Amino acid sequence: MPPLDPPEPLTQTSPFPSDSVGLVAPQRMAFDIPLELEGGKRLDAYDLVYETYGTLNADRSNAILVCHALSGDHHAAGYHRPEDRKPGWWDVCIGPGKPFDTRKFFVVSLNNLGGCKGSTGPTSTNPATGKAYGPDFPIVTVGDWVNSQRRLGERLGIRQWAAVAGGSLGGMQVMQWSIHHSECVRHALVIAATPKLSAQNIAFNEVARQAILSDPDFHDGRYDEYGVVPRRGLMLARMLGHITYLSEDAMRERFGRELREGRIQFGFDVEFQVESYLRHQGTSFVDRFDANTYLLMTKALDYFDPAQEFGGNLAQAFATSQSQFLVVSFTSDWRFSSARSREIVNALMEVRKPVCYADIRSTQGHDDFLMPNPDYLHVLQAYMQRVAVEIGA
Amino acid sequence: MSVLRPDLEIISHWIRPATRVLDLGCGDGTLLRHLQDTRQVTGYGLEIDPDNVVRSLQAGIQVIQMDVDQGLTPFADQSFDYVILTQALQVVRYPEQLLQEMLRVGREGIVTFPNFGHWRCRLQVAWKGRMPVSETLPEAWYNTPNIHLCTVRDFETLCRDQGYRTHSRQVVDSRHHGSWFMHFAPNLLGEIALYSLTGMKGTPPR
Repeated sequence: MPPLDPPEPLTQTSPFPSDSVGLVAPQRMAFDIPLELEGGKRLDAYDLVYETYGTLNADRSNAILVCHALSGDHHAAGYHRPEDRKPGWWDVCIGPGKPFDTRKFFVVSLNNLGGCKGSTGPTSTNPATGKAYGPDFPIVTVGDWVNSQRRLGERLGIRQWAAVAGGSLGGMQVMQWSIHHSECVRHALVIAATPKLSAQNIAFNEVARQAILSDPDFHDGRYDEYGVVPRRGLMLARMLGHITYLSEDAMRERFGRELREGRIQFGFDVEFQVESYLRHQGTSFVDRFDANTYLLMTKALDYFDPAQEFGGNLAQAFATSQSQFLVVSFTSDWRFSSARSREIVNALMEVRKPVCYADIRSTQGHDDFLMPNPDYLHVLQAYMQRVAVEIGA
Repeated sequence: MSVLRPDLEIISHWIRPATRVLDLGCGDGTLLRHLQDTRQVTGYGLEIDPDNVVRSLQAGIQVIQMDVDQGLTPFADQSFDYVILTQALQVVRYPEQLLQEMLRVGREGIVTFPNFGHWRCRLQVAWKGRMPVSETLPEAWYNTPNIHLCTVRDFETLCRDQGYRTHSRQVVDSRHHGSWFMHFAPNLLGEIALYSLTGMKGTPPR
C-alpha cells in the first residue's frame, strides 16, 4: 500500500479559492476487530482511509459523514497539493460558506472497504498469503460499508452524526444508515439515489463487468501477478458508465455531432467529439482505478435492496427510523430518475416520517449531484442551515 | 415576528391542535409553520416552485416538491385530518378532481379562492365590457395563472352537486376583513371566500 503523503505546509498566499477547505491530508485508521460480512466471509483486520474538514465541537454533535459513489473516494473536498488543478469530488458542497459549511460542521469522508484509494481492498496485501487480495477480496455490501463506517464514527468519538449524506451509491449508504442505525443519524440526505436497482440498471452493470471479465489481461482477477492491467475492459466499463451519467441533452449540448477533424474519415478511429470524450474518460480512469474494485462496487449496487427483509415493503423498512430526511433528485437523471426518489419519499410519507423532497430542474443527468447547480445548492444550504440551528452550530 | 395574513389566521382557527395537515401549494411555508407553532400540527406542504421550496425549507416545514395537478396518488385515503388549498383552486388544471382528491385524502378540506362574483368584477364586465382586474386578481386575461375562476355561488353549486357538506364559510375583502354585510351578500360583497368541507362519507376531525 502506498504511504500517504503529508500535505505541503500552507503558504501565506493561498493558491485556492477562499471558499475552499484548502490543503487536506488523508488519514488512516486500522481496525483489528473482525468484521463479519453479509456475504458470510470475514475481514479480520482492515484499514480505512479518510479525510476530515472543519472542527469537531466539544459535544461532538456537528459531524457530517459523506458517503461516496461508485468511483469516488475519501477525497471529497480541498486539494492534496498546491499544484492540484481539481479539488475533491464534492468540493461544490463542502467548505466555508458552502452547504456543508466547514465553519459549523465537521465533515468526515472515507474510502469504502474494497476501494482502491487506500482503504483495504483488492489491491491491499492479504495477510494470509502475503500477496495482494486481487479477486480473493470478499464481496462487500452497502450494509458492510455502513458497519465499517459505524466503527470509524465510534473511534472518532461520534455517537450521532448531525447528518449522513451521499449521492447515487452514496445515497444508498445513507438509506442503509437511516434504516438500521437511525439512532446515529439525525438527518439523512439521500441524493440522486434509488431504493434498488432496476433490471436496466443491473443490465448496464453486467455489461461493464463483462467488459472487464472478458479482457484477456484480466486473468481471473490476478492481473497483478502477471504484471498487466485489464485496460480495455476497465476502459469500456467506464465509457459505458459515462453514457449513463449524462443526459441526452447534455451530450448533445457538449458534443452534438461535432467531428474532430471537421469531416468524416470513413474509418474507425475517433471521429466524433463524443467518442473522443468517452475514450478520454475511459483511459484516464484506467490509470486511477482498479478493475477488481470496479467489479465489487457494481455488485454492491446490484445487491442493494433494503426493503427485501421487510417483505419488499420500503415503507416498513423506514417505519422505525428516527432520522429526518432530505431527498433530492434531478429532472434530467435517467439512471436513477426522479420517479425512483419519489418512491423513497412516498414510502417515508406513508409511515409519517419527517421528510423534505426537492426535484431539481437540471440538464446534466445523473452527474448533476456533483455540479454547482444553484437550485440544488440552495436546497442543500437551506436544509443544512436547519440542521445547524438544531444542533446549535 | 410578522403578522399572519388574515385569511390564514381565519384558517388556523378552524384547525384543531395536534392534527395532521397537508397543505397544497404551501408557498413559502408560512401557514404550515404557523400551524406547527400554534396548533402543534404535523404534516407536509406540497409546492412546485423551486424558490418557494427553498423558502419552505427555511421556514422549517416538511416540504415536498410536487405538482398537485398530478393528483394526490401518493397519499392514502383519509390519511390527513385537513387538506388545505389556499388561493390556488383557480390555478389548478382540474379543480373538480382536486376537490375530490382532497376529500379522499383528508377528513376535512379547507379551500379559499378569489370570488369572481364580487360586485367590482361584475361591474367591470357589465359596464366596461372588460375582464376584471382587481387587487385579488391583478393579472390581465392573457397572462393570468388563474384559469378556473368561479363565484361563491358556482362553488357552492359544485359542492352541492358533488354531495360535499360545508362546515364553515367566511368571505372577506381584499384586506381579509369580514363584515355583517358580506355575511348576508357573500357573492356580491366577498372578495375572498373560505370554506371548510367534508365529503359524503367524511366526518370532520374530532
